[in-house]
Amino acid sequence: MNTRLKLSLSILGTFLFSSGMSVIWLPYKLDDTSGLRLESPSWHHLLGTDKLGRDYFSRLIVGSRIVVIVGITTVIIGALIGVSLGLLAGFARRTRDDTFSAFLDILIAFPTLLLAMLIVAARGASLTSAILAISLGISAVLARLTRLLTKRVLGADYILAARASGTSWFRIVIIHILPNIWTTLIVALSLQFGLAGLAEAGLSYLGLGAPPPNASWGSLLQEAQDTVYTAPIAAIAPGLLLVILVVGVNLFADGLRERFDPTLGGNQ
Amino acid sequence: MRTLNSPLVRYLRRRLLILVSSLFLATVTLFVLLRLIPGDPSNSLLSVGATPDQIKAARHAVGSDLPLTQQFFHWFNQLIHFNFGTSLISGVSVSGEVFSRLRVTVPLTCISFFLAILIALPVGFISAYRRQKWYGTLLNGLSQLGIAIPVFWVGIIFIYAFALHWMVFPAGGFPPDGWHSPLAAVRSLVLPVSTIAIVMASSLVRYVRSATLDVLGSDYLRTSRALGFKFSHAIVRHGLRNGAAPVISILGIELATTFVGAVVVESVFALPGLGSLLIKAIAEHDYPVIQGVLFLSTLGVLIIGFLADLLQRIIDPRLNRFTESRSG
Repeated sequence: MNTRLKLSLSILGTFLFSSGMSVIWLPYKLDDTSGLRLESPSWHHLLGTDKLGRDYFSRLIVGSRIVVIVGITTVIIGALIGVSLGLLAGFARRTRDDTFSAFLDILIAFPTLLLAMLIVAARGASLTSAILAISLGISAVLARLTRLLTKRVLGADYILAARASGTSWFRIVIIHILPNIWTTLIVALSLQFGLAGLAEAGLSYLGLGAPPPNASWGSLLQEAQDTVYTAPIAAIAPGLLLVILVVGVNLFADGLRERFDPTLGGNQ
Repeated sequence: MRTLNSPLVRYLRRRLLILVSSLFLATVTLFVLLRLIPGDPSNSLLSVGATPDQIKAARHAVGSDLPLTQQFFHWFNQLIHFNFGTSLISGVSVSGEVFSRLRVTVPLTCISFFLAILIALPVGFISAYRRQKWYGTLLNGLSQLGIAIPVFWVGIIFIYAFALHWMVFPAGGFPPDGWHSPLAAVRSLVLPVSTIAIVMASSLVRYVRSATLDVLGSDYLRTSRALGFKFSHAIVRHGLRNGAAPVISILGIELATTFVGAVVVESVFALPGLGSLLIKAIAEHDYPVIQGVLFLSTLGVLIIGFLADLLQRIIDPRLNRFTESRSG
């Protein structure tokens, strides 16, 4: 295992552990407003309290839960839709393939945030709306990548040999295509996990994400902005955690790429 | 000689067809999604306890008593004439409101974008050319960090540092008379522009860097140097055009991303732009405004993508040959 993988796994492991722990135990419950307004950090409240006297550290941990949930669900949905569509397009003949590619190009060029706003306008602000929009964006990117990789594998001689020996297309997908392309897909998916986290934070910062009291880091930042001068920690901590998480995810993707493809130097 | 049947013109025709059909597809999606909203569009015209006759009149006034296909074509016809109706909340014309907001959003997007390119070109080049030196590594590391930072967070930090702590620039807002007080307008755009430019530059640096690495490792550069040309000559003469193509191909998407960044950053700095209008409209369920802003944004994004693709073809004619051989 290389250094990047070790480092990133310890970062991601910490996030996964703390968000998992938060389901069972929190330093303070979210409806516990026993603290004073905007307390400074102390041994009782590690990062102080918010405007309503709630423990800020506990709110941060709950926020990490939302990022992890959004990241995992969007990546899974995006992978399921994207990879199957990409495989279909990879097998399609020219006209159908062209139409499909053009459609994907539109979807990819269309910013996820605008798509999310459209969905929120129609369905109302909720975690589901955010997840729906972000997974759509991910599946478009994944479909295009899968299509490209599938076409490359399909051009190989062993596919011709497999067809000649009477192997069905379904079996070809299972035994030839997927084993050849999954490493690249995993790397792409882990990068998308980070982007999904950023997108969700942006949406909830704008008030278009999960409604209160399910405060994601984006809504924490939005609340903290008014009091940034008196309580700077509240405005710094959620952003910093998000940056660390996304850097961790990107490192993980780099580490995986390096592990799967030893010919790549560390410098790319 | 470019005749009517040159590869470029053929590409232009194909690409125009894609542009028009994708615009049509986007409007259909917009229409369907906005019709999925529970409740009739006429509801906002009615008060509680309206009589059936009043409901009928209101439905007739907004046209929601017509069949869906007729509603669509009526609506589509209005859209392409930039007639988005009037706001349900303020009663002013949506197109007037949108175009007045563009006076903030367009300069914000364009200046940030050009600033990001100006930063990314030298930084990306140096981080590739001097990748063995400490500052090359540092620049690369910074750009990796930059793509992990949420743009609105940078805005909040800037407000804390430059507006509240050092008090050099305003924390937000825009002069009420807009560009008629140019100095105040420029001052209020400094922090938003820097916020977007820094984040966008980090994302562009990676493309410039990898394009530069490709050029530096290329055979034509080595040949040119072997023929005795200076490094600077070889880079400008051969490297620039080869390296520019992949960078330009992503500029369209990057410009669209910059626009989205502007939408978010407008909310951070309380700027009266398109983004804050859209968010307010979504909160107030002001559908004419929502569809007007989303239609114009989509139109903008699609046209930018179209122009970027075209520019790429003009700079790198080899691309035409590739498609010809693929589809011919």
